[in-house]
Amino acid sequence: MTALRIEGRARIFGDGINTDYIITSRRKRESLDPQILRQYLFEEVDPAFASSIQAGDLIVAGKNFGCGSAMEVAVTAVLGAGIRAVIARSFSRTYYRNAINNGLLPVVCDTNQIQGGDQIAIHSTDQQEAGMQVINLSTGAVIVAEALPQIMLDIFESGGLVPYFRRHGDFRL
Amino acid sequence: MDGKTISEKILSAKAGVDVRAGDLVVCRVDCALGTDGSTPMALDYFDAMGGKEVHDPDRLVFALDHYAPAPNAKTAQLHQRMRSFAASHGISLWEAGEGIGHQLIVESGRALPGQLVVGADSHAVTYGALNSFGTGIGSSDLAAIMMCGRMWLRIPQSIKITLTGRLRENVYPKDIALAMIGELGADGAAYQALEFCGTGLESLDLEDRLVLSNLAVEAGGKNGVFPADEKTLSYLQGRTSHSFEPVFPDSGAQYCREVEINLNRLSPQVALPHHVDRVVPLSEAARTPVQMVYLGTCTGGRVQDFHQAHQVLKAGGGVARGVQLVVTPASRTVLETLARDGTLADFISMGAVVVTPGCGSCCGTCGAIPGDGVNVISTANRNFKGRMGNSNSAIYLASPASCAAAAVRGAIADPQEVLSGATR
Repeated sequence: MTALRIEGRARIFGDGINTDYIITSRRKRESLDPQILRQYLFEEVDPAFASSIQAGDLIVAGKNFGCGSAMEVAVTAVLGAGIRAVIARSFSRTYYRNAINNGLLPVVCDTNQIQGGDQIAIHSTDQQEAGMQVINLSTGAVIVAEALPQIMLDIFESGGLVPYFRRHGDFRL
Repeated sequence: MDGKTISEKILSAKAGVDVRAGDLVVCRVDCALGTDGSTPMALDYFDAMGGKEVHDPDRLVFALDHYAPAPNAKTAQLHQRMRSFAASHGISLWEAGEGIGHQLIVESGRALPGQLVVGADSHAVTYGALNSFGTGIGSSDLAAIMMCGRMWLRIPQSIKITLTGRLRENVYPKDIALAMIGELGADGAAYQALEFCGTGLESLDLEDRLVLSNLAVEAGGKNGVFPADEKTLSYLQGRTSHSFEPVFPDSGAQYCREVEINLNRLSPQVALPHHVDRVVPLSEAARTPVQMVYLGTCTGGRVQDFHQAHQVLKAGGGVARGVQLVVTPASRTVLETLARDGTLADFISMGAVVVTPGCGSCCGTCGAIPGDGVNVISTANRNFKGRMGNSNSAIYLASPASCAAAAVRGAIADPQEVLSGATR
């Protein structure tokens, strides 16, 4: 595992944000291009969100983030907006999978200690067993996050399943 | 060592190693479904991965179901691309109008006991009713399966759902599923498998079990698997020529949680807007006005669902003024059966709008869209705000009979009241 550090501003969402809230199915009908879909990100729950995104923002949410449909544009539209990680108390399994498979970092930890606008750093060392830490730079709080298992880490570090397969042509386990 | 759950046994066999909950493995996939909602991106990814030949086209099948028929030029092009790719690679494709991919997987005997059958759509959990490990994947996973026939999986812990007793009259499998989701919560089974067992299974036909498996994902479940029995085997009779090996849990299998549901005690249930786990007894929502009633989807669009709804509609004298009844059979086979037995003609004479078999209005991508301020009661699986294409409408989820009772009354009502001719 190579050391990792992602830093950005926290954008807060609550529990049960489903994939239709991230990007609605009817937008997907018009285009699959992340650069187009990013304009409609979270429009059902926060219509002002899309226009206020700054590159490097991080999504911080409650439990069951990405529940509902398995549609992968709910991940690629987030990446298209320049967001590199989602921190949540829990994820739906399909969102978690799709995130890893596209190189979006899903971080599972207690998110109660993070407020909107806080500056957050996600940090891991090259010791996999040490797991990941989420550091709230605005308050100094250090939150322990779940470590990624090896194969997920390999896929994530490759940048997703496409570059992983381009390199290896198959799964290596 | 301790015994294994059904999920651990199926995935051990598919990984070729003895695994337990928590292990990460790469499994051989027996069959993978791609829909028009997920396949176009998978084709982009397959190309980007350097894909030339599809690994095993016999294990893949595409369904044009989310946009059936294509409502605009963009989606029509997606269909053209899928048709062309499927033809050049020898992949089977179900045309728009043939039905919902999950229903077609089941009807065509492509999900068999002991198999790992996945779909690039969350409701692939439906196949668990056939003693398969059925689960939803994304477009990247589908592309990887096209490359190598395999996928990565974390072996889930299992929640044991024991069903006892027998449903009372006018209480239906959808009511069991809603009660279960209410009990577990929308993330109560996150990353975990649901394994059904108990004496209550004896009274549940395969179509009943499909409803329970289908809704496992609404509690976050990775699958919702049943053991195989006579009903499973008799359903598969004539649908497959492949051999298969039913899988049962070992005694001493480890479960992370056990939930018992006594079917005798269940009453009709309803999920209130806008959360699938906001489940209450239907009586608590009674007399809520509804303007649209939706019968269809991979949850509630099969023959028996329409028969149950039809019985209530007939008893109640048809659809109330001011209510739009939308009927979307889950497959062409379902539609043909309803046409042959007269149910369809009755729906039409009652004023129902009959929509092409497919996902229809469920996810707002085609079919009837509710207007602002409209309350919808639906046999579907999700009631998120905006799910049916308009965030200013509200969706209630219930059994086909309860939906039909609401169509008769113009308001949420217990189907028992309608069937017994009780006055409002």
